[in-house]
Amino acid sequence: MKAIVKSITLLFALIMISCGGKKEEKKDDGFSVQRKKAQTEQPAETSSTDEVKPSERVDMTTKGVGPVTSVELSPEIDQAMAENGKKVYDQMCLACHRIGKKFIGPPPNGILERRTPEWVMNMILNPQEMVQQDPLAKDLLQEFNGSPMANQGLTEEQARAILEYFRTLK
Amino acid sequence: MKIYNRLIMTLGTALLLVSCGQQNKSSNGALSSSAAEKVYVAPGEQDEFYAFMSGGYSGNLTVYGLPSGRMFKEIPVFSQFPTSGYGYSEETKPMLNTSHGFVPWDDSHHPDISQTNGELDGRWIFINGNNTPRIARISLSTFETEEIIEVPNSAGNHSSSFITENTEYVVAGTRFSVPIPQRDMPINEYKSNFKGSLSFISVDPEHGHMDIKFQLMMPGFNYDLSHPGRGKSHGWFFFTTYNTEEAHTLQEVNASQNDKDFIAAVNWKKIEEYVNNGGGTKMPANYAHNLYDESTHTATTTMKKEVLTVDPLKVPGAVYFLPTPKSPHGCDVDPSGQYIIGNGKLSADLTVHSFDKMIAAIEGEKFDGEAYGIPILKFEDVLAGQVKSGGLGPLHTEFDGEGNAYTTFFISSEVVKWKLGTWEVIDRKPTYYSVGHLMIPGGNSRKPFGKYVVALNKITKDRYLPTGPEMEHSAQIYDISGEKMELIYDFPTHGEPHYAAGIPAEILAPKSKKIYRLDENKHPYAVLSPTESKVVREGNEVHVYMSTIRSHFTPDNIEGIKVGDKVYFHITNHEQDFDVPHGFAMIGQNTSELLVMPGQTKTSVWEPKQVGVWPFYCTDFCSALHQEMQGYVRVSPANSNVELNWSLGE
Repeated sequence: MKAIVKSITLLFALIMISCGGKKEEKKDDGFSVQRKKAQTEQPAETSSTDEVKPSERVDMTTKGVGPVTSVELSPEIDQAMAENGKKVYDQMCLACHRIGKKFIGPPPNGILERRTPEWVMNMILNPQEMVQQDPLAKDLLQEFNGSPMANQGLTEEQARAILEYFRTLK
Repeated sequence: MKIYNRLIMTLGTALLLVSCGQQNKSSNGALSSSAAEKVYVAPGEQDEFYAFMSGGYSGNLTVYGLPSGRMFKEIPVFSQFPTSGYGYSEETKPMLNTSHGFVPWDDSHHPDISQTNGELDGRWIFINGNNTPRIARISLSTFETEEIIEVPNSAGNHSSSFITENTEYVVAGTRFSVPIPQRDMPINEYKSNFKGSLSFISVDPEHGHMDIKFQLMMPGFNYDLSHPGRGKSHGWFFFTTYNTEEAHTLQEVNASQNDKDFIAAVNWKKIEEYVNNGGGTKMPANYAHNLYDESTHTATTTMKKEVLTVDPLKVPGAVYFLPTPKSPHGCDVDPSGQYIIGNGKLSADLTVHSFDKMIAAIEGEKFDGEAYGIPILKFEDVLAGQVKSGGLGPLHTEFDGEGNAYTTFFISSEVVKWKLGTWEVIDRKPTYYSVGHLMIPGGNSRKPFGKYVVALNKITKDRYLPTGPEMEHSAQIYDISGEKMELIYDFPTHGEPHYAAGIPAEILAPKSKKIYRLDENKHPYAVLSPTESKVVREGNEVHVYMSTIRSHFTPDNIEGIKVGDKVYFHITNHEQDFDVPHGFAMIGQNTSELLVMPGQTKTSVWEPKQVGVWPFYCTDFCSALHQEMQGYVRVSPANSNVELNWSLGE
């Protein structure tokens, strides 16, 4: 209903312009109106709206594709390792993964409540094969506009430290 | 006139011979299919050899694969190269500094790969700039030019850049003799007043850094090409000369009068000892030494003010002249170090000197006079043999390591295979057309890889589809694994390859660098974490500390820039993955774009002249979102109060 009202407003505005109305038009979201309209006209394509976004999906069993097959997490967080992990993260990952907000890619907060540690490390160490072979990583690539997860050439030790850093992020 | 007639007659005879030879040629209908198989490198497979071809008047060095003839890369050396920003970026501009100021071009001629114990070691490749005399060293792990040293007291740096068998020296000889030191004097007083300098540039065994150890001040001839002794003749260096007439005009005629010119044999070990004991004269000079530091990704120029010169007469036994017919061009030493070949370019025959006989003649003091005090050995005493090839215009010879030599003949357009020791001609094949140098991988070392020879031709004409008056030069590859040579492929090259150097891929490929490590980046303006991105104003200068990763710049919106500012974009590529460079180009910039390799920092300067909001973008297709990799800079009037402000995603 709201959309229809907006469309009428837009139509009215267009008539004003074509009549040579000199009043300055505020360029208020003209495009987003049209986009919304287009979406309502094609309900068939919105079939996935009910599904949970891949980034919010919880899968605590899949280990992913890559060199890491088993990771033991100690009950206590290793603070020294986490600190080291933050250093590597800030240099190598922060450009795309901000803490606490979606940026180019998803934020790492709470990632270990949704993914296995092995999956996280494989995603860091082997992103190219992951987005080709791991179903969840494939879906994530879609969700994030096809923006590729860059292989930053980290060592397994560095990826493990980043994992420890992720444990400190709530 | 007499010479002219003789040339015509010889040429006529040669042509007759060539056409007779062609009648014997078997039909190559069956061969052509096997030739295709020999050069075919299937998609996804890799070549057996790297070939580095000089760019001639492009000033650069191109990299090809053999046997496919596919071009892999053009390495900028002496010329500005907008494709990567070499010579345009703030970091690489110093590479092209000289005593004449910024010289953005040269004529690159003769690449030579570093050696250990006379065998290719694949650490560096050297190449000479012919016009404004310079020698460059290129890393064979990064395939980037790392160092350029200017050569003072030289002009037409042509008998260069050839290295000794443990890369002790890279040698650079002058083609044109000049007054040394340079001074205002009449040109026609050339004779006995001009000098030819031969420079021995030491190469640091660990880093490859170059330093002129000494310059030998020789008589005013033209020093055309050179090659090191090896094996038994290690410690000697051989230079062909022409214009021993010391003509200063119409050299075309006047430098072709003497029946014989010389090969100068230089005992550099002896001179090195003399210099190490305090010998030589320090002379004021002014020349640039440009060095690129891989950790700061930045080149610096040091102007050097002195060079050590050596008068050959002060070092008895250091220099001799070997008479060699007819303005020899190529000066080539066989893998054993025994034979020194003079390719007398106005002759039909090749002259081969014997190192053993040369030493015997020196010991026996059998001299045939002297030139400016330098002893001339008797031609007959040093001659090992002559190759009566029947061709015309021999230019250059390389070796296959199986006792055979291959010589190009420019005038009769052919490659001739002959046997060392017996001097008999084994085979000859036409080239298309007018071949200059040729190259066998390792063909100028103790251990050649004698599978292919590549002929570098000067004239292309009808070999390819016409592209207007100018055609790229053609190269032809011959299979030389059998008794007879077989032409198997023909491919265009870039610029004018005067010479080339080849090496098995298995030596280079495994150590080719894939990225620069971000944690090793010591560039003073590097951004090591995107959180460090910032914009800093220092008066009229604005420094943008920017980082890139697929697919955005940090920051990508900048405000507070004013007309009249000089904006430095220092861009660090945060990728750490092989073959993911990012580019940078700003609208209206009076320079080229930049291509920044993973982990590298490069700087681009922009001086905005117009108020507005101006975009920049990534020039290298980096990901599916490459088209989105862009940003804006707001430029306000010079007197505006818009505050400096930068952001990404806000």
